[in-house]
Amino acid sequence: MPALSILIWLPAACGLLGALLPARLSKDGRERVPGALALFGSLVALALAIGYIADYKAAGPHLQHVTDVVWIAELGIHYKLAITGLNVFLIGLTTLLFAVATLATNLRSGSPPPERPRLFYFHFMLAESAVLGAFAAQDLALFVAFFDLMLIPFYFLTGGWGREPARVKATIKLVIYTLVGSLLMLAAAIATGVLAAQRGGGHITFVLSSLQALPLSTGSQEWIFLFFAAAFLVKMPAFPLHGWMPDGYRAMPIEVLMVFSGILSKVGAYGFLAIVLPLFPRAAAHFQTLMLLIGLASIIYGSLQAFSQRDARLIAGYSSVAQLGFITLGIFALNSQGAQGALLQMVNHGLVVAPLLFIVGLLAQRAGGSEDIRDMGGIAFRAPVLASMFLIVALATLAMPGSSNFVGEFLILLGVFKAKLVIAIIAFSGVVMASVYALRLFIGAMHDRVGKGVHSREISLRDGAVLTPVIAVILFLALYPQLALHRSEASVKSAVVRAEVNARVGSLAAVGSATPISLASARPPDVANPPTNCRRAGTHVVCSYESRLK
Amino acid sequence: MTFVMTPLATAHLKGPHVDFAGLSPLIALLGGATLALLVGLLGSRWIRAQVVPALSLAALGAALGLTIWQWNAQKSIVSGALRIDDLSLALNLILIAGGACTVLLAWRSLAAREAAHGEFHALLLTSIAGMSILASAENTVALFIGLELLSIPLYVLCATEMRREHSLESGLKYLIVGSVGSATLLYGLAMIYGATGATDFGAIASSLSHASLATDPLTLTGIALCVAGLCFKASVAPFHQWTPDVYEGAPTPVTAFMAVTTKVAALGVFLRFFDVALIDAHGSWGPAVAVLATITILVGNVGALGQSSLKRMLAYSSVGQAGYMLAGVVVATQLGVAATTFYLIVYLFMNMASFAVIVARERETGLGDGIDAVAGLGRERPWLAWPMTISMLALAGIPATAGFIGKFYLIDAAVSGGYTWLGVAIVIGSMISLGYYLPVIAAMWMRESPAGETPADRTPPPMGPPGPAPGALPVLAGGSPELDAEPSHGLQPEVVLVAVLAGAATIFFGIVPQPLFDLVHQAGGVFGLF
Repeated sequence: MPALSILIWLPAACGLLGALLPARLSKDGRERVPGALALFGSLVALALAIGYIADYKAAGPHLQHVTDVVWIAELGIHYKLAITGLNVFLIGLTTLLFAVATLATNLRSGSPPPERPRLFYFHFMLAESAVLGAFAAQDLALFVAFFDLMLIPFYFLTGGWGREPARVKATIKLVIYTLVGSLLMLAAAIATGVLAAQRGGGHITFVLSSLQALPLSTGSQEWIFLFFAAAFLVKMPAFPLHGWMPDGYRAMPIEVLMVFSGILSKVGAYGFLAIVLPLFPRAAAHFQTLMLLIGLASIIYGSLQAFSQRDARLIAGYSSVAQLGFITLGIFALNSQGAQGALLQMVNHGLVVAPLLFIVGLLAQRAGGSEDIRDMGGIAFRAPVLASMFLIVALATLAMPGSSNFVGEFLILLGVFKAKLVIAIIAFSGVVMASVYALRLFIGAMHDRVGKGVHSREISLRDGAVLTPVIAVILFLALYPQLALHRSEASVKSAVVRAEVNARVGSLAAVGSATPISLASARPPDVANPPTNCRRAGTHVVCSYESRLK
Repeated sequence: MTFVMTPLATAHLKGPHVDFAGLSPLIALLGGATLALLVGLLGSRWIRAQVVPALSLAALGAALGLTIWQWNAQKSIVSGALRIDDLSLALNLILIAGGACTVLLAWRSLAAREAAHGEFHALLLTSIAGMSILASAENTVALFIGLELLSIPLYVLCATEMRREHSLESGLKYLIVGSVGSATLLYGLAMIYGATGATDFGAIASSLSHASLATDPLTLTGIALCVAGLCFKASVAPFHQWTPDVYEGAPTPVTAFMAVTTKVAALGVFLRFFDVALIDAHGSWGPAVAVLATITILVGNVGALGQSSLKRMLAYSSVGQAGYMLAGVVVATQLGVAATTFYLIVYLFMNMASFAVIVARERETGLGDGIDAVAGLGRERPWLAWPMTISMLALAGIPATAGFIGKFYLIDAAVSGGYTWLGVAIVIGSMISLGYYLPVIAAMWMRESPAGETPADRTPPPMGPPGPAPGALPVLAGGSPELDAEPSHGLQPEVVLVAVLAGAATIFFGIVPQPLFDLVHQAGGVFGLF
C-alpha cells in the first residue's frame, strides 16, 4: 500500500489544483473542471481507504502503515500517521461519505450547482484532508492541529454557500462554539506533553504511544480530561453543549451537512476512544458517571426534541444528538463490549445520517421546496424506489433488528448494563424513542395524506447514483457486521483496558480503602485479556490476568 | 608649574572601547537617515518621491548585510553599553524587515508627501536605529537613549498627515503619554541606580544577588516604575489607553510600523532587562507581570470586539498579542525567551499582511479603514483577500498558520515555567479574539462589496481646514482616507507585494517552521537561563 500521506493529502491537492487551473467553461456555461477533479480525488481516496481496510491485519501490530517524521524537534511534535483498528473503518467512512457528497454536488438535479465552484471544491476537499488527518494522526499536537483546522473549511462553506436566512450568524455561532472547546483542548494537550515530560524526565514529546507510557498525576488528569471532554462534547454535540446545532444545521447546504453530520461528530467520539481513555484512564474512571449521565441526557433530550420538530433537517439533527448519546454511553461503559459497540455505531450512524439528509433534500424538492414535514406527505405515491430506499435508511436509524445499528446498540447497552445498571435501563427507552421519531418522519413524509404543493416523482438516476453506494454498504454491514467488529477488537480492547481497570478498582475501592494500580509501573497488561479477577488484599487490590507467560 | 604638567604630559586619554564592526548596522541606519534627509532637500520632485525611499531601502539592506556579517558574534560594543548576541541580531532582523515593509507601504502615501519624503524617511530610519539600540542595550543609560531615539521620531511620524485632525491628535496624544511613560521609566531606572549603584545590567544583577537587594523597597519601587514605563511602550494594560486612538489616527503605514516594530523593541528590552539585570528579583516581578499579562490579554481581546474601524481593532488586537508575548517574559526561561522571539517574528508577518491590505483598500476606496472597505474582497481582489484571511486566521491561532505554532510555543513555555494558568489565559484570549477576526473574514468572503466606490466616481475632497465640507466624502470611523491629489489607478504593486509575501510567509512557516526554530533557539540561549 502507498504511504498514508497520499491518502490524507490527495483530496486537498485535487482541490487546490482545481482552484488554480485557469477557468474553462463547459457547454452550459459552468465550470465543471473543479468538481470533476474533486470527484476524482475523493474516489481515489475511497479506493485507497478500501485497500487499507482490506489490508488491515487484525492480529498484526497495533499501528500499521506508519509514517513517522519529526516535524518540530524543539516541541517534540512528530508528523506521525498510522492505521489502527480504531480509525481504519472511520477513514473508510470519511472517504465514502465525501465521495458520495462530491458526487451529489456534481450531479445536482433539482437545484443549480454551487456557485464559484473552484473555491467551493477547494474548501470541500481541504475539509476531507483535515478530517482524514485527524483520524490518522498518532501525535497529540498533530491531532489537535487537524481538529482545529477541519472546522475552517466548513466555516467558509456554510457562510459562503449556505442557505439564508442568517447563514453568516449561524456560521459564526457554530465556529465559536466549536473553537472554544478546541482551544481548551489545545491548552490541555500542551499541558499533557509538558507535564508528562517533567514527570518522565525526558525531552518533551507529543507522540501518543510515548505519552501512554508516561501517565500524569490524578489531579492533572482530571482537569485535562475536562478540557478534552469540552472539545469533544461540543463536536458531537452532546446535550448541554449542542446550542450551535439547530442554526448550523439549518444554514448548511445539504451535501455539506451530509459530511458534517456524518463524520465530524465522529471525530469527537474517536478522540475519546483513541486519546482520552488511553492517556487519562484515572480521570475517565473518575468522571465515568458524569459522562454516562451526559450521554443519557443527550439520548433523552435528543429523542424528545426529535419527536416535536417540524423541520425535517432538525429531526435528523436531534436524532444525531441522541445517537451520539448512545455512542458516549458505549465509550464510557469502560469495557470492551461497550467500546466495540460505540465504534460500530460510529460507522453505522455516519452511514445512516448522510443518506437521511440527502433524502430530506429530495423530499423538499418534491414538496415545493419546504423542509417542513407538515408540507410533506404522500410522497411515496409515485416514488416506490425512493420510498424503499428511505425505508431502509429509516429502519436502520431506529436500529431495527437485522441492521448493523441493532448490533451496535445491543453491544453498547450490554456494556452499560455491566457498568451501571440503572443508566442502562433508562437508556433502553432511547431505543423505543428512536423508533418513534424515525417512523414519524418516514410516515409523515411518505404516507399519510398528500400534502398541499406536493408533486411526487420517482427518484432520478442521478440521485439514485448518489444513494445506492451508501445503502449498499448499510445492507452489507447489516449482513456482516463482524467485519468491523473483528478487525477493531484488539485496538478497542487496548484503548479501554487501563480505564477499565481503574473503573473496576474504583468500584472496589468504594467498599474499602485501596490504592489504584498504576499500570505504568506494573507489567504491561496483556491486551487480549483484560483483568477479570480483582480482589482486595489488605490495603492493596490485586488483579490477576489470564496471561500466557512467554 | 612643571610638577603639574608632568602627570598631564604622561597621562594619555583612554577612550571608550568602540567595536565599529559590531556597531556597523547602527551606523548604516543612522548614515542612511542623514543621507535621506540631505537628498530630500534636492529640488527635483522625482528624486524626492523615488530616490529617497530607494535610499532608505538601500540603508536597510546595508544594515541587513552588516547584521548577517556580525552573525555568531557575542560581544559588548561601545564599552559595555550595547551587546551584540544572537538575540539582538535576531531582533535586528525583525526590525529591518518591518522597516522595509513600512518603506514599501509608505512609498506613495500621503503622509510621506506631506511631511517631505526626506524628513519622513530620515525619521523612520532614526526610529529603527533607536529600536536597534534598545534591543541590544546592556546599560540603563543606553536603554533610555534607545527609548527616546525610537519614540521622538514616532511622535512626529504619527502627525505627518498634517491636514487631518486625527493625525495631529494622534501625534500629540502619543507625545504626551509617551513622555509620561519615558519619565516613569527614567525615575525607575534612577531608583535602581540608587539601590544598586550600577547602570550596567550585569553589575545590577550581581549587586542584587550579592547584597540581597531583591526585596529592598527602593529596588522594588524602581522595578515597579520600570515595569510601568516599559508597559507604556509595549501597550500593556492598564497602560495601553493611548494605543487605540494613536493607532487609529496615525497614517496607516506608520501604524503598521508602530504596531510591529515598537513591540519588538519593547519586548526585546523587557527580555534583556528583566532576564539579565533583574533576574534575582524574579520572585517579586514574576507574578506581578503575569497578572498584568492576563489583564492585558482580557482587555485587549474584549476591547476589539465590535470595532468597526479595522485599525482600531488591530490596535486592541496588538494589545492582546503583547499580553501573549509577556507570558514568555514572565517565565524567565530559555524556552520563554525563544518563544517570545518566535512570536515576534510571526507577529511581523501577520500584522504586515493585514496592514498592507488596509493600506491598499484605503487608497482604492473612499471608505477609510472601516470593515466595509474590505467587504466582498474575495470576489473582487483575491490577491488582497487571501493575505488578509491568512493574517486573521493566524492572529486567531488556527493551525496551518505560523500563528498556531507561535501560540503553541508560548503556551508550552508558560506551562513549562510553572504558569499553567497563564497558558489557559492565552487560550481564553484566543477564543475571544475569534469574535472579531471572523467577522472580517465573513465580510470579505460572504458579503457583497459596497457599490460605487471606484476612483472614477469619487470627487477629490477639498484640501482645507478639517471638518466635513459639502460634497466631500465622510471620514468614516476615524479612518484616514488616503485620497491623493493623484487618485490611484487600481492596486499598487509594492503594497500587494508586501501583503502577498507576508501572507505566504505566514503559511510557509506554519507548515515548515524549522528555520525559525533554529533561529530562535540560539537567541533563547544567550542569557544562560534554565
